[in-house]
Amino acid sequence: MAIVYQKSAGLTDKELHYCPGCNHGIIHKLVAEVMDELGILDTTIGVCPVGCSVFAYNYFNCDMQEAAHGRAPAVATGIKRTHPNSPVFTYQGDGDLASIGCAEITHAAMRGEKFTTIFVNNAIYGMTGGQMAPTTLIGQKATTCPLGRTKEQAGMPIRMAEMLSTLDGCVYAERVCVTDIPHLNKAKAAIKKAFQKQLAGEGFTFVEVLSTCPTNWGMTPLKAKEWLTDNMIPYYPLGCIKDIDAPKAEVK
Amino acid sequence: MTAKVTFNSDRCKGCELCVSVCPKHIVAIDQETINRKGYHPAHVVDISQCIACASCAKICPDSIITVEKF
Repeated sequence: MAIVYQKSAGLTDKELHYCPGCNHGIIHKLVAEVMDELGILDTTIGVCPVGCSVFAYNYFNCDMQEAAHGRAPAVATGIKRTHPNSPVFTYQGDGDLASIGCAEITHAAMRGEKFTTIFVNNAIYGMTGGQMAPTTLIGQKATTCPLGRTKEQAGMPIRMAEMLSTLDGCVYAERVCVTDIPHLNKAKAAIKKAFQKQLAGEGFTFVEVLSTCPTNWGMTPLKAKEWLTDNMIPYYPLGCIKDIDAPKAEVK
Repeated sequence: MTAKVTFNSDRCKGCELCVSVCPKHIVAIDQETINRKGYHPAHVVDISQCIACASCAKICPDSIITVEKF
């Protein structure tokens, strides 16, 4: 008898509070599996956001720290600089990272802080009840734009992975999704690569994971998966946006 | 191949993601049962066809599925 798959050692036994079909659970376990496979569960320090994943510190089986809303990259900067040998990651949603915490993430990337950010983009504010986020798509309905987001009023949605990839301190940026097994495998590979580049001390690494929010999108989990594929991927294209090797010492 | 798929049914939220990724279409929602949380949990209908690919377990957001093969 051989175990083909079981719950990752990187997750605690705590029951997840997420809604049925929420992709947070899948993304949690990919991060947990990567930490387990790299053998860094004992040394990793994670930083939690505010939002749906605010209780992530209960679920990851490594040291965790909660941060004020949007400030996870600032807290992670402090942790990484005082514990340079510990792998550090932040786990943030789009309300946290792309809205209130846009300055923190941008400057952390600019400084090339050597931690990994897992950015969960579900195009809406989940915990607060489905308000428009900076990542909400044009035409997408939310409680604060009941007729759909318009470009005239709210501008175009922000593509964080592309934006951060313009900064020299960011060495790796990739966008993935977890709607089916092939995409899930790619997402896990991207998260693993981000951690490996961090462990090699190369710089700031960023993985954006497109996620569904069945509850606030008002769909079943399966319908939400289809909606993500049909609407989000055309605007937020999947794939590696930036992957540069460690800066070489200058030849004089 | 003999496979064994174990569901921690009390934690299932009936989201059907496992149903949607099973290549053999043998995972289904058990409409006859209601679990502790009040959902109809997922189960395997015909274990003899299972190829132990663990797709259901990999996508389960609540990590309630364990797959073994003999």
